[in-house]
Amino acid sequence: MADALFFKPIAELGALLETKTVSSVELTQGVIARTMAVDGRVRAFNSYDEADALAQAAASDARRAAGQARGPLEGIPVGLKDVISVAGQPLTASSKMLANFVSPYDATVTAKLKGAGAVIWGRLNCDEFAMGSSTENSAFGPTANPWDLTRVPGGSSGGSSAALAAGEAIATLGSDTGGSIRQPAALCGVVGLKPTYGLVSRYGLIAFASSLDQIGPLTRTVEDAAIMLGAIAGHDPLDSTSFKADVPDYRVEVKRRQGPWRLGIPKEYFGAGLDPEVSAAVERAIAFYRTQGCEIREVSLPHTQYCLDTYYIIATAEASSNLARYDGIRYGHRAKDAKDAVDIYFKSRAEGFGPEVKRRIILGTYVLSSGYYDAFYLRAQQVRTLIRQDFLNAYREVDALLTPTSPVPAFKLGEKSDPLALYLCDIYTIGVNLAGLPALSVPCGFTAGGLPVGLQLIGQPFAEANLLAMARVYEQAHDWRLKHPVLP
Amino acid sequence: MNYEAVIGLEVHIQIKTHSKVFTRVAAGYGQPANTLTDPVVLALPGTLPVMNKAALDAIIKAGLLLGCEIAPVCKWDRKNYFYPDSPKNYQISQYDQPICLGGSVEIELPGVARNVMGEHKRIPLTRIHLEEDVGKLNHFATESLVDYNRAGTPLMEIVSDPALHSADEAFAYLTSLRATMIYGSISDCDMEKGQLRCDANISIRPVGETRLGTKVELKNLNSISFVRDGIAHEIKRQVAVLERGGTLAQETRDYDGQTGTSQSLRSKEMAHDYRYFPDPDLMPVKVDEAWKEKLRAECPELPFPKQRRFVEGYQLPYTLTSVLVWDRALADFFEQAVKLAGQGKAQAVGNWIVNDLLRELGASKREFTELKVSPEHIAALVQLVDTGSVLTNAAREIFVEMFATGELPGVIADRRGLRAAPTDADELEQWCRDAIAANAKAVAEFKAGKDSAINAFKGPVMKAAKGKGDPKRVDAMLRHLLAAT
Amino acid sequence: MSSAPDLNIDHVAKLARLALTAEEKAKFSQQLGDVLHHIEQLGKVDVTGIEPTAHAFPIINVWAEDVARAGLTVEAALRNAPAQRDNMIVVPKVVE
Repeated sequence: MADALFFKPIAELGALLETKTVSSVELTQGVIARTMAVDGRVRAFNSYDEADALAQAAASDARRAAGQARGPLEGIPVGLKDVISVAGQPLTASSKMLANFVSPYDATVTAKLKGAGAVIWGRLNCDEFAMGSSTENSAFGPTANPWDLTRVPGGSSGGSSAALAAGEAIATLGSDTGGSIRQPAALCGVVGLKPTYGLVSRYGLIAFASSLDQIGPLTRTVEDAAIMLGAIAGHDPLDSTSFKADVPDYRVEVKRRQGPWRLGIPKEYFGAGLDPEVSAAVERAIAFYRTQGCEIREVSLPHTQYCLDTYYIIATAEASSNLARYDGIRYGHRAKDAKDAVDIYFKSRAEGFGPEVKRRIILGTYVLSSGYYDAFYLRAQQVRTLIRQDFLNAYREVDALLTPTSPVPAFKLGEKSDPLALYLCDIYTIGVNLAGLPALSVPCGFTAGGLPVGLQLIGQPFAEANLLAMARVYEQAHDWRLKHPVLP
Repeated sequence: MNYEAVIGLEVHIQIKTHSKVFTRVAAGYGQPANTLTDPVVLALPGTLPVMNKAALDAIIKAGLLLGCEIAPVCKWDRKNYFYPDSPKNYQISQYDQPICLGGSVEIELPGVARNVMGEHKRIPLTRIHLEEDVGKLNHFATESLVDYNRAGTPLMEIVSDPALHSADEAFAYLTSLRATMIYGSISDCDMEKGQLRCDANISIRPVGETRLGTKVELKNLNSISFVRDGIAHEIKRQVAVLERGGTLAQETRDYDGQTGTSQSLRSKEMAHDYRYFPDPDLMPVKVDEAWKEKLRAECPELPFPKQRRFVEGYQLPYTLTSVLVWDRALADFFEQAVKLAGQGKAQAVGNWIVNDLLRELGASKREFTELKVSPEHIAALVQLVDTGSVLTNAAREIFVEMFATGELPGVIADRRGLRAAPTDADELEQWCRDAIAANAKAVAEFKAGKDSAINAFKGPVMKAAKGKGDPKRVDAMLRHLLAAT
Repeated sequence: MSSAPDLNIDHVAKLARLALTAEEKAKFSQQLGDVLHHIEQLGKVDVTGIEPTAHAFPIINVWAEDVARAGLTVEAALRNAPAQRDNMIVVPKVVE
């Protein structure tokens, strides 16, 4: 049976829209209806504005009727993580601190998607201020994994991955600081791409860790990811960290490039803590690449064991400074009975932030504080150089690396309450952010219990075209993308 | 016990740019509250800084003007602290790699008399860096109102070595620094508009002691005069404390210029741990030779070097140059006029400008840019007087009208009949003979060598000429006749 | 690096302007103590001569020309303000 519209990939919908078999309004109505039907259980959305979405869809249809369709994203409903600014819409970071905040401006990626004709649909749930690996840290309640509503969708972009998997959006954007696109993508059986640091503008992304954050797409297929990336990538004069690189036509390249490639398997990524079913699925994927004529070789990233610590020093340090602006003065939650201006800070922040955010602010403040800067922050930045060097050394011999995305499949809501345990969910994804490299997660199977497993491909700087092509070769030879969760 | 004061000044100067330092909303002053903001200024969620190229050019130029070493590479750091006027609750500043290092400010101390040039000194600088300004808090009884118009304006922080030793030196330092920035079109340095702010660090020590005493920071010095007065007051206060056997607290004090007193600001309860770290949102800046050369070419000659050149090159007296060089437009006007009038006429040109032009300018309350007279006018007037075509008194009248209307002096002279009557040479000779004949005593004195005796004849000659005698011609004629007797 | 970094949670919370309950202080101290203990192993890495990574890829001299462009209207600027008067943000008296 053919997929419902809301389960079809962008590429296929593009054809239907082009031939006017379907209108954007119909498509958007279908997505909205699906959201109404299932989001009570999935809880992927913090908010949505149906009237606004339908107005965008109508405008899209009008453009198409006038022969002014803008490209493959014209009329496609795309959901944005509630840390990406949309003018006139709430921007909450899933936090009480910003529960009532309405942003007056578009993030650059939002403007680009609008410029590509996409229909911006809804504000997607996430861990508060993008800090977490399960979306359980959202102040508005956790999102459920559509494959098993008793389990987490991953985090921090859990709303982005769940909404997509459940058919509540055709594609979504998330943000990734230590794995927050890739891990939820893996846990929800969708494709998730974190671009090279600097490829996609961060202007309009609520900053968590400035030197690690990137916005990226979550999609049903690799080709869709190529389409989305093409729409959002490119230098932005409003982001000083944005790179002036030539952006290739990813959609063309993803089909044109066929390999074979030299693929590295970092031995440190297959040790303790890796779930056997995840390991097996990934091994099968590696075997597949071998059949395609790819040279598979073991490599070593010797500083892997220090990735987590390096990350938690740098990320929390930057976050502690980035979150200082949330003080109840100019916007956001302000405590009611503050006795003076200083008291406003203490009380508003105490009331507005959840425990994980507070923990990370404290840790970050500590590692930057007088007497500790050299021992922690400076040292972490030095180790970061070594971690990056590990990857670049490996790339002298291989084109990309293959690893599991997450050490475990989706775990039960409430199962991991110890912060350290949650941090360990990121062990395969974190090094990538520290090194600023591109990486994506592509579905590579299911556990016996029906939970998705993700394969991570890590690429060379600005080599997304290669990465996408590698992933597509695997994807097209398997049918994981054709399976959808059945919601009770 | 003789004490020596050791003073360091921290001066913040707003750079005059069209837009703010890290975002392109307009910079400005005196605008309605919160009309110069954008998402970046307000630190809305998701915003990022982008450096203003003109601010960089300006600070490098300032560094070149002050003889600083321009760092080949520098970066920006976050200075983390919470305050309602600081939207991000961190200020983007420069910590350990500032853009300018070293340098110096040439100062001139008061001379023994007003017309005598005082001692010149060079006050070494520690560094200059680029940061952003904060918003403005308006305090009321139970609440404060915050206006973010000023937030994000580019700011230079200029730190001197603790190398000043008196309130007068501080005054001279600020005067010179201010003039340099105005000359370089870097800032208007209007302290009333907050474009130049100064904090002073003051300590005293026994003369001969090399270690520094307890340092007191003095804030709220709202004018260059208050800086001088505040420092003088603080030095006195510190000496008094030590002389009665007390100890000085390292503290921050707030100076009240109206009452001439200071008080200790409540020491902050929260420790000032700024937790500096490199701002990950901004990239380092590398300044190469080509960039420096381009800016060096735009650097104007500064007041003190100009003054030295005026004294030597134009043979101008010190007092005259003092008035001319501190305003770049005025100095340029002067030099253009001299070019037209002739090098030898520099003093005459200078006098017209310093006496008559500035007087008229002040009275008219006009701006220098609105002048109707040009260097041509001055040069023309000088020439008229020089050739005797117009007498000095008449020239003064002509100046006033020339200033008001912009007409050339010759035109005015003709229209108002102010040209000196071309005295008949025979008539003049007769008046002179008469005067000489009437005063044998003066003739004898003159012949004996007393040159000033010639003045005795001039009165009667002028009287005969009904005031229209050209003094030069009279003098020449008298000498001619006296030589023959 | 010390073997047991002492996290003075009162001091750090003050720096971060976070009012913590006694319960939070105790819980966070313990949880962060565990994290810090883990993080300490960075002390074992030999970082002699290694430059810290400030930015993943070296870009320099990023700036924009000094051309002013429109900002927010006062209304838009203050739309999310918790308290305002006379087009300014109101805060309770700032104690110097």
